Parts: sequence; structure tokens; C-alpha cells
Amino acid sequence: MAFLTSFHARRAVLDIDRACSYDKQVQAITASSFAPALLLQAAPSHLLTLSGVDLAIIVLYFFSVLGIGFYLKKYTKTGEDFFLAGREMTAWVAGLSFLAANLGSLELMGWAGATYQYGILAAHWYWIGAVPAMLFLAIVMIPFYYISKTHSVPGYLKLRFGEPSRLLSAVSFGFMTVLMSGINMYSMALVLKVFLGWDIYFSIWVSSITVALYVGLGGLLSAIFNEVLQFVLIWLGALLVSIIGLIEAGGWNGMVARIHSNFPTQNYTHMWSTLGSFTDNPMGIHWVGIVFGLGAVISMGYWTTDFLVVQRVISAKDLRSAKLAPIIGAAFKMAVPFIVILPGLLGLALLDKPGIHMLVPEGQAAATGLHSYNEVLPLMMQRYLGPGLLGLGVTALIAGFMSGMAGNVSAFATVWTYDIYRAVFRKEATDQHYVSVGRWCTILGVLVSIGTAYLVMSFKSIMDYVQALFSFFIAPLFATVLLGMLWKRATPAGGFWGLLAGTGSSISMWAWVKLDPTAIRYIALSPFAKDMAENMFRALWSCIICAVVTVIVSLMTRPTPEKELAGLVYGCTEIPSEGHLKIYQRPIFWAGVVSGVFVILQIIFW
Amino acid sequence: MHRPGMLSIWFFIGILLLAYGILILGAGIHELLSPPEHPLRLAELHAGIWWGGLLIAMGLFYSVRFRPGRNN
Repeated sequence: MAFLTSFHARRAVLDIDRACSYDKQVQAITASSFAPALLLQAAPSHLLTLSGVDLAIIVLYFFSVLGIGFYLKKYTKTGEDFFLAGREMTAWVAGLSFLAANLGSLELMGWAGATYQYGILAAHWYWIGAVPAMLFLAIVMIPFYYISKTHSVPGYLKLRFGEPSRLLSAVSFGFMTVLMSGINMYSMALVLKVFLGWDIYFSIWVSSITVALYVGLGGLLSAIFNEVLQFVLIWLGALLVSIIGLIEAGGWNGMVARIHSNFPTQNYTHMWSTLGSFTDNPMGIHWVGIVFGLGAVISMGYWTTDFLVVQRVISAKDLRSAKLAPIIGAAFKMAVPFIVILPGLLGLALLDKPGIHMLVPEGQAAATGLHSYNEVLPLMMQRYLGPGLLGLGVTALIAGFMSGMAGNVSAFATVWTYDIYRAVFRKEATDQHYVSVGRWCTILGVLVSIGTAYLVMSFKSIMDYVQALFSFFIAPLFATVLLGMLWKRATPAGGFWGLLAGTGSSISMWAWVKLDPTAIRYIALSPFAKDMAENMFRALWSCIICAVVTVIVSLMTRPTPEKELAGLVYGCTEIPSEGHLKIYQRPIFWAGVVSGVFVILQIIFW
Repeated sequence: MHRPGMLSIWFFIGILLLAYGILILGAGIHELLSPPEHPLRLAELHAGIWWGGLLIAMGLFYSVRFRPGRNN
């Protein structure tokens, strides 16, 4: 599963009760003073009850994704077909798939819950935490990924910095991806158990076998086709909650008025005006962390170097389509808060009573039987969606989970086959052999994910540690890839040691704060900083350390001849001109349009 | 993507939306004719009917526009 939004969604789902001292006080008060009243509304054994129509919709969805997998098998014969969907995707298909691979169901529920807890601040993860990075990928980085004809991000590192850098990033990516896939699988099964009462093992095995089948049969081609389908279903399944919720609340202004009326001392509806101090906002974060940690490092690292998403873009049919795909993704990403953030805000407006949060942190919910923050989206579904519509809503959640998992599995199969198996175990083999390895690797990836899910069931604390993996590997990787693309003086030794130093420093900082929590004042520059702020700053430091070490080591080692850098580095690569295209056909034009809308949104919700 | 004989993804989406639309519209009409004992909030909007109708319209558009044999 992806970092950034998805990672923080998991944080929101799993650790939501750790943050927000204000809310803790409020929960403590509500729990003690109003417990009898609230207990009357204690959660039943499961939240949602499905009718026959709802079940038919869910079953139809499973048959559809499997059918697509079986249908596409005959079109998946070569390695290029299986691992890169034949590099024939249109900009729209690649762009929607690029976004869908990131849109997990935990993201839907986690961020709706996070919004209920933090207010509209959560939208930063969709706007500044995604849009600039996606546009940067499109305009600056895609030409090098695409022109170099690499099959993966570690593959680019091999071309630019040599085998050691490739192996380091391939192994860390494979490890991280499969582990996250398992965590995601377990979390989703848990969600289905809590919300629908489904058996946890049934959910894990049915969904995993489905993903393994359709990705194993049709490779990336099948994963992308299904991701586009899943993207459409996620929107159609979740959109109605926001629409009906706004009608009930009296429109946007009515909703904001209700929230202010319920919580007059808290600001849940402004994105930037409360970020001047760590203590002025419930997230405990400063604008420096949001802009530089989230916007400049974490999101850049995730959206530009995590192969899970980059793989979808480099499957595009030509360079222009590859550049347009992330721009299309960015445009839709800006709209996602309508189905994710808005239900959380509607929960604050419609579920709560003056001064009282009706939903509580996970830990408190488990102890008291009340509903938790993370149940805000299912509660809103329960409130509005009748037979059929509820099935569509639940299908949206399942589709989100499966698109994320298929993204993990297809990316894992590619990196394992090309960057580990072929690089280390069998350099010379037929294309058919590698396709076969890719298929088996898909099954293997799913089985390892299931194993991880079972492990997490026994040792839930694993989740706390796994979440940190992303900041260990992704943030420094961004510095390595960026310097590799833009600075021709960067050498193979510089790239490798920079990446190693960045990763090592990130792990060290994480361990330091684990051993001595007061160390957060040094990492995040404030004793008041919370988990999210620590993540932002740790990513920022590890990226800087990686860049500094790369520069120093590069300057001390012999430069790579420029002729070997053709197609890989700015200044040594001839990028096709778009001068012959009409203005509205140029990716840079649409990147400008998306940037303009992005800026306007920040001003509106300032 | 364009390969000889390959169905468009939008065709698959169209067919599925059409099926979903029919199911949801049917359930919505059933609710209209036989209102449940404990109706949902804003049940008077009959969301199932117009959302089902929307899905049918979208499904028809995509399944016709991207039907097999049509040059896209």
C-alpha cells in the first residue's frame, strides 16, 4: 500500500487515539459525564446489515474483476505485457490507475476518521501533500523515467548509479511492499468484521485469492483495467454520502455553521490559519512541517519514486501520455476530499451535539462499546444508504482495498523479477521464463502478504513499526533519484552511499525517539510536536542527509562520462519538443491549470 | 489501449454500471412502494431511484459508446 495519504490513513485508523490532547480531554469529559446516555447508543455486534440486493452487488463485483483477469490473460504474453501492460495505456487510463492504486479503502475510512478528529487539516494530505508532487513528476521526472525505458524505479537506479543502488532500493521496496500489503489485508478484514460481521479469515482469503488470480493472470494490464473500474466504483459508491449529507446540513455554509455551533472554541474548517504554532491546531503540527516535510519531501518521495504508482505512469503509450497521466491524477486527487474529507466534517456537524464528540478514540471505543472516529464513514452510510446503495458503498470500500493490494502485488512482482531475480539469480533467460516467474511471484507475494496478516493478528505492535518503513526508504530515495536526474556530477558511489546514509539516519532518528521520547524536541524542533510532525521532520532530515552525503561523495569520486548519462540526466538527454502541439494539447498547459485550481482551493479554505 | 479485438475497459465499466443501476433502481422503487418501518434520514429523497437512474444512464452510454466492434 502506498505511503503518504494511505500511510497516514493507516496512522489515523490505527493510532488515532494517540493524538489531539484537546480531543482527549473532551473524550474524557464525555466518557465520564455522559457515559450513560452514550452507552445507550453503544455499537451493535456489527454496524451495517446488508440486504439481498447489497450482496448481489458485491458478488457481481467479484465476478467482474475475476472475469477481466481471465479475459486479459490471452493478451498478456510477453514480459512487456505482463510487467508494463505493453506500454500501451492512454493518458486517462494510466492517470486513473495511478490514482486508484493509492486510493485504498483504509484511506477512505481512515481519512474520514482523521477529519472527524482534526477537521479540514486532513485535506493537506490530498492537496499540498499530493498535487505539487504529481505535477513535478509529470513535468520534471517522467521524461527521464520514460526515455530511459526503465521497467522500474530500481531499474532507473541501476542505469544511473549501478547495481548496488538498485539492489538496495529493490530489496527495501520489496520488503516494504509485501509487508504493507499484509497489514492492509488484515486491517481490511478487521474492518469487514467490525462493520459487516464477516469472518476475518474468510475476508482475507477471498479477497487475496481474487487479487492473486486477476493479477497473476493478466499482470499489470489486468491490475490497471481493474483499477480504473475500481476508481469509478469508489466514486459512485462514496459520493452519495457527501451529497445527501450536504442536503441535510443545509449546504456547505450550513455545515460550517453547525460545526462552529457544536465546537465554538475549535477551528475545524480552516486549513492554514491555525498552523502558525504547534499548539494552535489539534494535529499538533506547524506549517513548516506541512510545507517542507509533507509537501516537499514525503509527498515528493512517494509520488515520484514509489514504484507502486510510478509503474502505472511508465505504462503509458508515449511520453506525452505519460506526462499527462499524473496531471489527470492530480486533478482527480484534488476532488477526492469531496468523498473522504467531507463525510468527516459532516460527522462533526450532524452526529455531534454541542460540545460533545459522539465518536471516541479507538482505545476508548473498545473499552466502552461506543463508536470510534474511524467509524464515521460507515455511520454516515448507515444513515443515508438504503438497499442497493449500501451494497455499492461497501463495494467501494472493498474495491479500494483490492486496488491498493493489486498495486502492491504487481509492483512487487516486477521489482522481484527484474531487479532481484534477474539481477542476482538468473541473468540470462527467455522472456517467457520471466513472465512465468512474474506470475508465480504474484502468487508468492499474496501468500507472503497473508502470512504477514496472520503475523499481525498475533503481534499487533508490528503495525507501529511497519508504518515507519516508508519514512526509512522513500524520503532518502527521492533525494537519490532527483540528484541522479538533475545533477550529472552525481556518481554511482555518491548515489549508493547517499541512499544508505539517508536510510540509516532515518532508522536511527526513529530509534532515538522510541528509546527517548523527549528526543522529539530535536527531531521535530519542538517538545510539543506529535507523531505526524515527527514523521514529517524525520523525512526531511533523512532526505537532506542523503543529498549532502551524495554530493560530498560524488565530489570525491570520479565523474561518470557524459555519454553514459544520455537518456538519464538533465543536460545529457534530448527531451522531445512539444512546440508543434496546440497549447491545450501540451502537458505543461494542463499542469498550469491544475496548479491554478490548487492555489485557489488553498485561498478558499485558508 | 488499442489491440485488435480487445474490449475497452470502458465497455466493462458500462456493463457493470448498467447492472448496478438496474439493481439499485429496482430496490429504490421497491422502497417507494413498500416503505420500510424505520426509514433512513432523508428517505423522502428516494436516492436509490435517481442514483440508480444515473448509473443506468452512465452504463448505457459507456456500453454503447465502447461496444465491441466499434472503432474507438
